[in-house]
Amino acid sequence: MSELKLMKGNEALAEAAIRAGVDAYFGYPITPQSEVIEYLMTERPEKRTGMIVLQAESEIAAINMVYGAASTGKRAMTSSSSPGISLKLEGISYLAGAELPAVIVNVVRGGPGLGTIQPSQADYFQSVKGGGHGDYKLYVLAPASVQEMADFVEDAFDIAFKYRAPVLILSDGLIGQMMEKVMLKDQKERMTNEAIIKKYGDWATTGKTDRERNIITSLYLQPEKMEAKVRKLMKKYEQMENEDLRFEKINCEDADYLIVAYGSSARIAQKTVELAREKGIKVGLLRPITLFPFPKQQLLDLSNQVKGILSVELNAGQMVEDVKLAVEHKVPVEHFGRTGGIIHTPEEILEALEEKIIKNEHARHHKI
Amino acid sequence: MTEEIIIAGFGGQGVLSMGKILAYSGIMQDQEVSWMPSYGPEMRGGTANVTVILSDDRISSPYLKVFDTAIILNQQSMDKFEESVKPGGILIYDPNGISHHPTRTDIKIFKIEGTKLASEMGNKKIFNMVILGGFLKVKPIVKLENVIEGLKKSLSERYHHLIPLNKDAITMGMNRVTPYKIEAKAY
Amino acid sequence: MLDIIKSENQVFCKTKLMTDTPLSYCPGCGHGTAHNITMEVIEEMGIVEDTIGVAPVGCSVLAYDFMDIDMTQAAHGRAPAVATAIARTWPEKYVFTYQGDGDLAAIGTAETIHACNRGENIVIIFVNNGIYGMTGGQMAPTTLEGMHSSTSPYGRDIETMGSPLKITELVANLPGVYYVARHAVHTHKHARKAKKAIRKAFENTRLNKGVSFVEIVSNCNSGWKMNPIESNEWMVENMFAYFPLGDIKVNGKLK
Repeated sequence: MSELKLMKGNEALAEAAIRAGVDAYFGYPITPQSEVIEYLMTERPEKRTGMIVLQAESEIAAINMVYGAASTGKRAMTSSSSPGISLKLEGISYLAGAELPAVIVNVVRGGPGLGTIQPSQADYFQSVKGGGHGDYKLYVLAPASVQEMADFVEDAFDIAFKYRAPVLILSDGLIGQMMEKVMLKDQKERMTNEAIIKKYGDWATTGKTDRERNIITSLYLQPEKMEAKVRKLMKKYEQMENEDLRFEKINCEDADYLIVAYGSSARIAQKTVELAREKGIKVGLLRPITLFPFPKQQLLDLSNQVKGILSVELNAGQMVEDVKLAVEHKVPVEHFGRTGGIIHTPEEILEALEEKIIKNEHARHHKI
Repeated sequence: MTEEIIIAGFGGQGVLSMGKILAYSGIMQDQEVSWMPSYGPEMRGGTANVTVILSDDRISSPYLKVFDTAIILNQQSMDKFEESVKPGGILIYDPNGISHHPTRTDIKIFKIEGTKLASEMGNKKIFNMVILGGFLKVKPIVKLENVIEGLKKSLSERYHHLIPLNKDAITMGMNRVTPYKIEAKAY
Repeated sequence: MLDIIKSENQVFCKTKLMTDTPLSYCPGCGHGTAHNITMEVIEEMGIVEDTIGVAPVGCSVLAYDFMDIDMTQAAHGRAPAVATAIARTWPEKYVFTYQGDGDLAAIGTAETIHACNRGENIVIIFVNNGIYGMTGGQMAPTTLEGMHSSTSPYGRDIETMGSPLKITELVANLPGVYYVARHAVHTHKHARKAKKAIRKAFENTRLNKGVSFVEIVSNCNSGWKMNPIESNEWMVENMFAYFPLGDIKVNGKLK
């Protein structure tokens, strides 16, 4: 039965994982995402659905457990927060290289180093520019509400299995720790072993039958084979860009200025849009829901309409580089964001928009 | 209707659970709600606060700078959040332990002796419900029956026998909240 | 063609679970025999459909080229974590890791200890040749005192490099570990014994007994810079002295 609940983002994600019929979760505690494994352990998913939940000895072990389960066609996931994701990067690169479907959740906190446990979006580069070694990308979903924390689990697995590729849910401490009402979906059955063998028998290592043996590896010692592999991966990413880009436009139709923001920043910036419009400034918000693929064309199109773009991120300026690349210098692009776990207020963002974009735009006009 | 509230005090005063009950009450009357806490070690014995929003429409930012109502339960929070109340907004506080009382004249200020009333009722744990009662008297944004439903949802069943006590505490708060008059400054 | 090559004259053939791919191991290396006896056990038990192997990083990274079974290749040292997840999500399967000393006893120590401590229902086959073979003869955690390697060119100095790690004895002390034995494969006699131990290990999986851990002390003639015969003699004299062969833990009880 679907169910309406008041839940933390982290808890909603965990509950949604059980309901989505996920086979296994492997994790290691770290603030601010420990509620995920705490919730799962409390809920006894092994009794509810037969889902395996295991607290690993480290983030490294956890991601490699995900790799193991994924190599056999099981739906496996892990979650962590920034320093823990850094530890998982080797495993994530292997997942990409071995073309394994898996879901990784990052409830981001501020860094670098041990950093702070407060919310941040400073892992944008790590998430969309590879992070681990080698030519690979992650499909990255950025939830902006507790509802999306729940919904994106199943969405992420759908993409992961569509492409046989790891998918990252990039959340942060704000979305993970806040409570909102969430509509939880009906319980889905986990796939039976027989169904897995039938459906993924052409690649998964489930035991060799009368077919050729299946091998899961990311090792290609011959350069030509390695290059062919990389080309295959790039083709996948191109297909993701063509078929599975997601974004949301808010008040963009008549906008003179544009804010680009994802996740928690998009929520806060939405209030900025309201405040700006109360003052008579027509501001729109483009929220990338997927950070890779990135809404490049949409930004380019909007750059013909707006006079300036502010990239709002809880970091020192990361996504702004992709925004600049997308709009090809057609309009001024500036960054605004707080760091260190400080969350920018809607008012601060509006001030930044007025200071960095609107004022400069007027100055430019005066020069002419 | 949108109501943006900050509840701030010490960890252990029931700040977060009060916010949660309020949020659940909003759900009971089909509203959108958000509950955004301060989290982490600062909560252990230090200050704790939570931003609660109830709205008939989709909620944009769950994190705010200014609020319709501030419910303030210790001096640190008074120092931090008195200025965060929107002009014309409401500040409710428990004077227990407050040395610097609020001074703003462009907002409505109410006082409720939550600490005292809770100990008079013989249970310090219902402190936050007394405060909630005070707030609901001043701003009846949720119906009492929905608060009771919200309580049922947020308390595990083994504590449901405590619901009548909580209801009494809310009623007590409703009856005992009083407007606070700012004394003229002595020059 | 020689007349003698007729099927009725055949007295030995490799198990059909070894592929025809030429082994990438150096002539004289023990890996080929260790592979072969492992595959023989799986064939003889008739469990190929239910067996999933986990390959390491190191010389045996390409084990999946030679073993004709389903295999997942793990990141360096993480094979026990990979095997943990497979065994947990497919409890009726036989899951084994095949790892070298660098993989199992250095970079993967945490994964080894914790998979063993949780008593995962898996088989760990640990090939210990006291050196990093794949990367060209660097010092391993099991390199003996005074032994020369490219990163201990003047011999392993205990003072600065620590003692050779007896990880097998270490894991034998963990309650989750049911069976631990140390064997070798340099003679037919030794290989037969090693095979028996591997068979016992897989039987333990069938009985859901937890971790079965079989160490195979092997040579690395290339890394040790000896010819194969010399390397085996050196192994018997030096490696076996520090890593004595035999059962270490049987049926959950230390010997």
